[in-house]
Amino acid sequence: MASLFRTFRIQKRDFTNAGNASICVKKLLKSLNTCGSIIRRASICGYEGEMNVVMHATTDGHLDLELSEHRIILTVSDKGPGIEDIETAMQKGFSTAPEEFREMGFGAGMGLSNILENTDILHIDSKPGTGTVIRMEFSTGV
Amino acid sequence: MKLSQIAYIVEAEFLACGHLDSGEITKAGASDLLSDVLAAKAENALLLTGIKTIQMVKTCTIAGIGAVILVRGKIPDIDTIELASQEELPLLSTKLSLFIASGRLYQQGIQGLKHAR
Repeated sequence: MASLFRTFRIQKRDFTNAGNASICVKKLLKSLNTCGSIIRRASICGYEGEMNVVMHATTDGHLDLELSEHRIILTVSDKGPGIEDIETAMQKGFSTAPEEFREMGFGAGMGLSNILENTDILHIDSKPGTGTVIRMEFSTGV
Repeated sequence: MKLSQIAYIVEAEFLACGHLDSGEITKAGASDLLSDVLAAKAENALLLTGIKTIQMVKTCTIAGIGAVILVRGKIPDIDTIELASQEELPLLSTKLSLFIASGRLYQQGIQGLKHAR
């Protein structure tokens, strides 16, 4: 049973507020005395997921945080265009980000591979035209 | 190395968190690509960059960057400076180029990420 659940809205194409949800997650985990390396990994993954929604989604999305005794689960969901081929999208350097985001220093095709590197369990559910759900699990168990 | 000493070496001025000079900086990275900053294991490192957007501050906060030096005389807008203060991210600016600023710090013993020389 989850001991804590929070949900944060992510607005598509809103670069000004992009990242705020992940910064809130980071602060929340810090206030709960979570291990530093887990805070870092979870907030990086949340941020990468959040930026994907801002860059690609066609509707607003959300970031959900679920915290229980032995694990942290972050889920980023959107009803965007979906991912055509997840295996290709996981490759470092593969990107479909628009040029305007690349000019800001994002969209280099590092997001999903970086998420994979920093999660203990990763599950991506995506269908073209339907949307994407990225579930990222971090073990905090002793 | 203390941030005040780093600031002296690269002729930088503090824009935010000038009072946070207690920590030691031993390693640094230089990048204009925020995706690379997130992918690098750069916790507590110094970042030298030409990116002065509010997303740069958020990326550094998330990645746990220790301090940022903006190169080529870049000065961000007030909202970006305020966010850096709020997040306790020391933010400095130098008129030197990325190459020269990085070179000076390397010469004085600052290491690359993973303590590479």
